[in-house]
Amino acid sequence: MSELPKARIATASLAGCFGCHMAILDIDERLIELMQLVEVDRSPLTDKKRFTQRCDIGIIEGGCCNEENVHVLHDFRRNCDVLIALGQCAIMGGLPAMRNAIMHSDAPLRECLDEAYITGKYIRNTTHNVPNDPALPLLLDEVYPCSQVVEIDYQIPGCAPSGDIIFDTLSKLLTGKFRGFERDMIKFD
Amino acid sequence: MSGTKKETGFTFTIDGVEITAYAGQTIMEAADEAGVYIPRLCDHEGLRHQGSCRVCTVKAGGRSVAACTQPAAPGQAVENETPRLTKMRRDLVEMLFHEGNHLCPICEASGNCELQAMAYRLDMTEATRFPYLEPCRALDASHPDIALDTNRCISCGRCIRASQDVDGKGIFGYVGRGIHRRVAVNGENLADTDAEVTDHAISAEVCPVGCIIRKRVGFAVPIGEREFDHGLIGHDIEEKRK
Repeated sequence: MSELPKARIATASLAGCFGCHMAILDIDERLIELMQLVEVDRSPLTDKKRFTQRCDIGIIEGGCCNEENVHVLHDFRRNCDVLIALGQCAIMGGLPAMRNAIMHSDAPLRECLDEAYITGKYIRNTTHNVPNDPALPLLLDEVYPCSQVVEIDYQIPGCAPSGDIIFDTLSKLLTGKFRGFERDMIKFD
Repeated sequence: MSGTKKETGFTFTIDGVEITAYAGQTIMEAADEAGVYIPRLCDHEGLRHQGSCRVCTVKAGGRSVAACTQPAAPGQAVENETPRLTKMRRDLVEMLFHEGNHLCPICEASGNCELQAMAYRLDMTEATRFPYLEPCRALDASHPDIALDTNRCISCGRCIRASQDVDGKGIFGYVGRGIHRRVAVNGENLADTDAEVTDHAISAEVCPVGCIIRKRVGFAVPIGEREFDHGLIGHDIEEKRK
């Protein structure tokens, strides 16, 4: 049995759909192999809400659509040696970024909220208000990819990335053998 | 006696590989015949060469030239897949992604898209250094069988050439100058033109991205089973060499 200290990993989902976290589970039985090498710190997988100590790898799903996302992302950058953007939303904004450019609209965020809560044909919103509870994090003017907020070391593409590319990249990074992706693993969908 | 073709033929090299060309052939035409792939987006078989996307840029005689328009010259040493040229091509493709709204996860062309496939081939996986321009562009769904989502247009002009030269119609054309140059429809919207879904300009092979959409067929082939899910772009040309 190896007595090497295990690498610490943290994960978070920002403006994403949790599909990339589901994709982490697509690693299937190789998770057992991976768990020999790592310990999971702050993550929805462990339900830890704060860092208990500095981590070797931080994995971010989703881009930044509100101020809380930005705080979490900064916290990850501060506490992780290597930061990975996992999936298209973290890499380029993804589906949430559809609100950044709405046809013929000068105020796309306003138009998006209006349609979602007030004017949309199929909504049942008895208050006819856009939610504005003080507990809700403030929305950003646009949805930003992670790399426009902090420095990102690696990006794992996909929507969602396959279990194979996640396992391959993580196990190679952990053993210092990562030299880029196999071409047939690169997918943006 | 050798054939007449032999007499006008000459050789040059691409990355050290000897290529036979005939008078009047471009570097890319000769390379394609020899099974050497030069990446390209605005060039398409059967259409007049345009040389506007510059993804096919090669070094010939110490100068950067578009392989799709530059005639091959005897004895020339052409550089194609050098780290420098590959990086330049990757930057060009990346800037095309940034100039429009290219959201692969929501695009019905994903997997059949040449822009996306080029990004795969050129390993476009590092964190971007450019800002996203996120322009507000129009969607034209006026035609009963065809839709245009210009968010995805890369202004390659393949539809313009196909419509003018093959269909003899001129449905599409360029408008504007510089960074404002766009492909536009010759009319108020597409329904006002004589566009038909059977036009060559509308066919799946002409639009390299998901801008020209044939309605009601988008997901007939599921994501994951599409053209570039099974092989890199250009592998059909490279296989000729074996």
